[in-house]
Amino acid sequence: MELQEIASRLNLEIKSAAGSLTNQVTGGYASDLLSDVIAHAQKGDVWITLQMHQNIVAVATLKELAGVILVNGRQPEEDTLQKAIHENVSILVSNLSTFELAGRLYQLGIKNDPVV
Amino acid sequence: MTRLFKADLHIHTCLSPCAQLEMTPRAIVRQAKLKGLDIIGISDHNSAENVVVTKKIGEKEGLVVIGGMEVTSREEVHILAFFADDEQLLKFQDIVYDNLTTGTNCTEVFGEQVVVNEIDEIIGFNQRLLIDATGLSINELVDKIHSFEGIAVASHIDREGFGIIGQLGFIPPDSGLDGFEISSKITLEEAKDRFHGRNSFITGSDAHNLLDIGKSFTQFLLELPTLKEIELALKGQGGRFLVDK
Repeated sequence: MELQEIASRLNLEIKSAAGSLTNQVTGGYASDLLSDVIAHAQKGDVWITLQMHQNIVAVATLKELAGVILVNGRQPEEDTLQKAIHENVSILVSNLSTFELAGRLYQLGIKNDPVV
Repeated sequence: MTRLFKADLHIHTCLSPCAQLEMTPRAIVRQAKLKGLDIIGISDHNSAENVVVTKKIGEKEGLVVIGGMEVTSREEVHILAFFADDEQLLKFQDIVYDNLTTGTNCTEVFGEQVVVNEIDEIIGFNQRLLIDATGLSINELVDKIHSFEGIAVASHIDREGFGIIGQLGFIPPDSGLDGFEISSKITLEEAKDRFHGRNSFITGSDAHNLLDIGKSFTQFLLELPTLKEIELALKGQGGRFLVDK
C-alpha cells in the first residue's frame, strides 16, 4: 500500500512529503529508542514513534523506511522538518497513540512477515 | 604549574529518588576524601537543592565540590550540567522546574527526595516528580546550560537506557556538548575506538550509594581544581589534559 493511501485512510497530517508519498509500505515498526530502530526496522517499514528529534530523519534515510508517523499529535521540531524536506523523508502526524495507530495499520493489512 | 587531580563528577545525593538515604552531603564528602578524590561533582536528577550545602562542607573539609545536575531531556537523554556559579545553577534549576510536569513524586515507587542541612538534618522533601523527563530538547538544554556559563556533558553514552546513543541512535551533529561520559563498564581506549573521532571523555561513578563513590573517576592535569580548568582540559587547551589511568 502506498504511504499516501495510509495517510488519507488514517487521517494523518502530512508535514513533509514531496516525492515520497508514493513509497510502498511493506511493513511497520514501532519504537522510541533510535538505536533499536537502527538494529531492527526493515526497509519499507513505516515507523511509528514519539521522538521528534532531527535524528529520526537520518535513521529513516539510513534504514530506507517508507515514512515516519509521529503519535499523540506531536509535531516535528523545526530542524527535523527542514532535514526531512531536504532528505525527502515523509513525516506524518497522527492524533492516535502508538498502540491505537499500530492497530489501525494492522487493520489496513500492513503487517510484517513473522520472523521464524 | 599543572598537577593531577582525581575527579568523580557524577554523584547523586539523597535528593535523587533512586539514591540511598545514606548519601548525605557530609557522608559523601567524607567518603570522597577517604577515596583520595580531589574533586567531586554533585549531579542529582533534575534538581540541585543539595549542592550549596555540599559545597560548604567541602570547603571546610578541603574537598572541591562542583555544583551540577543530571537533567533529563525530552528525548529521555541524561545530560550532566555543571556550573561554576551557584546563582547561575539555581537559575538553570528554575528553568528545569518550569519544564517538569506537574506530577508529584510517588515515594513508594521511586523513593524519598531528601533535602538536608550541613549537619545531615532533613530540612525538607522535594515533592516534584524528579525522575520524569523535562519538556526541553537536548538542543534547548545545551543552549540554556551555556547561557548560564555551564558545561554540558552527555551521561554514560555507552549505556542504552537514558544514554544519548541508545535514545537517539547516534550523537547528533552540532550537539554543542562539551564532553561525553563513559561508564565504568568500558575503558577510555575502548571508548575512543567505539565513539571514534571524539576525545572529550570523562568517567564518573554515577554513585547512588557510599561504596560506589570513586569507583570510577577521571584524572585531570590542571593548574587549579576549577570548572574553568576542567573545561580547558575537555578541549585539550592550555596544557590541561585528561589523563588515561
